Amino acid sequence: MADAIVAEALRKRYKAVQALDGVSFAVHEGEVFGLLGPNGAGKSTTVRVLTTLTRADSGRALVAGEDVLEHPARVRRAIGYVAQDSGVDWEATGRENLLLQGRIHGMSGASLRRRVDELLELVGLEDAADRQARGYSGGMKRRLDVALGLVHKPKVLFLDEPTTGLDPEARAAMWVEVERLAHVESLTILLTTHYLEEADRLAERVAIVSRGRVVVEGTPDQLKRDLEGESVSVELPEQNGRLAEAEQIVGRIGSEVNLEGQVLRTRVPNGAQAIPVILGALDDAGIEVAAVTTARPSLDDVYLHYTGRDFASEDEEGKR
Amino acid sequence: MQTARQTGWMVVRQARNLMREPIWIAMMIVQPLLWLLLYGQLFKHVDAQGNYPGGFLEFFTAGVVCMNAFFGGTWAGMAMINDLDRHVIDRFLAAPASRLAIVLSQVVRAGITAILQALILLLIALALGVRVHGGFAGWIVVLAASFLLAMVFAGFSNGIALLLRREASMIATANFVGMPLMFLSTILVAFAVMPGWIQAVTRVNPVNWGVVAARNAVYGVSWGQSLAHLGFLLAATAVTALFATWCFRAYQRSI
Repeated sequence: MADAIVAEALRKRYKAVQALDGVSFAVHEGEVFGLLGPNGAGKSTTVRVLTTLTRADSGRALVAGEDVLEHPARVRRAIGYVAQDSGVDWEATGRENLLLQGRIHGMSGASLRRRVDELLELVGLEDAADRQARGYSGGMKRRLDVALGLVHKPKVLFLDEPTTGLDPEARAAMWVEVERLAHVESLTILLTTHYLEEADRLAERVAIVSRGRVVVEGTPDQLKRDLEGESVSVELPEQNGRLAEAEQIVGRIGSEVNLEGQVLRTRVPNGAQAIPVILGALDDAGIEVAAVTTARPSLDDVYLHYTGRDFASEDEEGKR
Repeated sequence: MQTARQTGWMVVRQARNLMREPIWIAMMIVQPLLWLLLYGQLFKHVDAQGNYPGGFLEFFTAGVVCMNAFFGGTWAGMAMINDLDRHVIDRFLAAPASRLAIVLSQVVRAGITAILQALILLLIALALGVRVHGGFAGWIVVLAASFLLAMVFAGFSNGIALLLRREASMIATANFVGMPLMFLSTILVAFAVMPGWIQAVTRVNPVNWGVVAARNAVYGVSWGQSLAHLGFLLAATAVTALFATWCFRAYQRSI
């Protein structure tokens, strides 16, 4: 299968921050590929390099078969880009936004108007098409953004954090939208997200990005299967102050122990066998337990396994 | 060709968006009117030594047209900052939009606005008894001067907007550049009464190139000098527009 996107050892530095530290991955033609990582991991910078918005300091990138440095104009014609922040012109109507975007791509006349009508319907904005975008909800602006990226029927679509800032309902609608697009428009989609469940649901393959590098790449199922075993979460009561002690005890039984708030998480070969052992050990030490659960590994566990860091807390850190 | 077409559509976009701002339209009309009436009154008796043939108002008409045009140009970068903040520029840049077209659309829009304001000013001045001695050709030269002058400074302003990308910094720069250039020109004061060093600076001040061209046209004198100064302005427009286009590099390095 041909590769729609190839990134090879991309590096980029902004003053004090090494944003990309050798990012490499490949996206096959026609697949939905997820770049998953916490805030500040380098996902958006990667997308900006691939969409020709900015240059990497070193490394090579091919999009739709064209080198982003040698033929940026060809790349721009082949791609649709939905940036993390909405690029909607608030003063213009939805339709005017789309018409101008089409004209920038060299489209015109009746075929452009037909395409715009088609897209307005596709993203469910027919009724709002002739209202100024200023009055659109966050979800509507986001759908207009997606339509703007699709006007010229691109081969490759970049969706940078398509659901960040949307309420749960709009997020679910966007997921359905992306799934439909992947089929109807037969696109290659590169999606970045810091929502694990989003990558799990939408992406056929994911690359997990941490601190400017791809740490692992594969299908979500494959990545979870590779971890083997299950994760066990032990929740201690609010007033329990012996967290460190409990962590030590659990660490003797399972691997990759991680403490977040009052919840201890660990990985074991078999949850059903490990739980009585863990509970027994904690009971012997006189440590009370509020709840205990076991689960198949999630992408969260995959992230923890490959980076040694907890996804949620790293995400918080990245926002600062 | 592609650049020209894109520029055209982007100008349409900006003009349309502005037409949806009633306050902006009102200010565009009222502001030059206020300047003409206020300054006209303030300096009514300034012509003690006979440096202002035809009275101060006739002298000032060309000045206020140019002042308006170049202030309008200086602030043109605000629209660019707004587009940067709303990520409209990033969307254009990731599409095959010509960088020159993005700049030119802002520049041409500022120029067209300046022409409309110049027309309003000339009509008001006419009503107040000012005569454009250069006739029809004189009107064209005054409008051309305001068009070009607005474009020169709109190009500069857009470049600064791309470099600074901050409203507050943009406002500070526009004021820092705008005020001195106004006072180092013959907008308000006749060349003859200026100190020697200011006269020297005035000659190389693009604002004054516009004033000279427009004022000659109002008086109906020295057509050759008018055309030469319009030529200087055209060259300066090319320089500042290319400067702004070049500033996209700095912007794109930073994102």
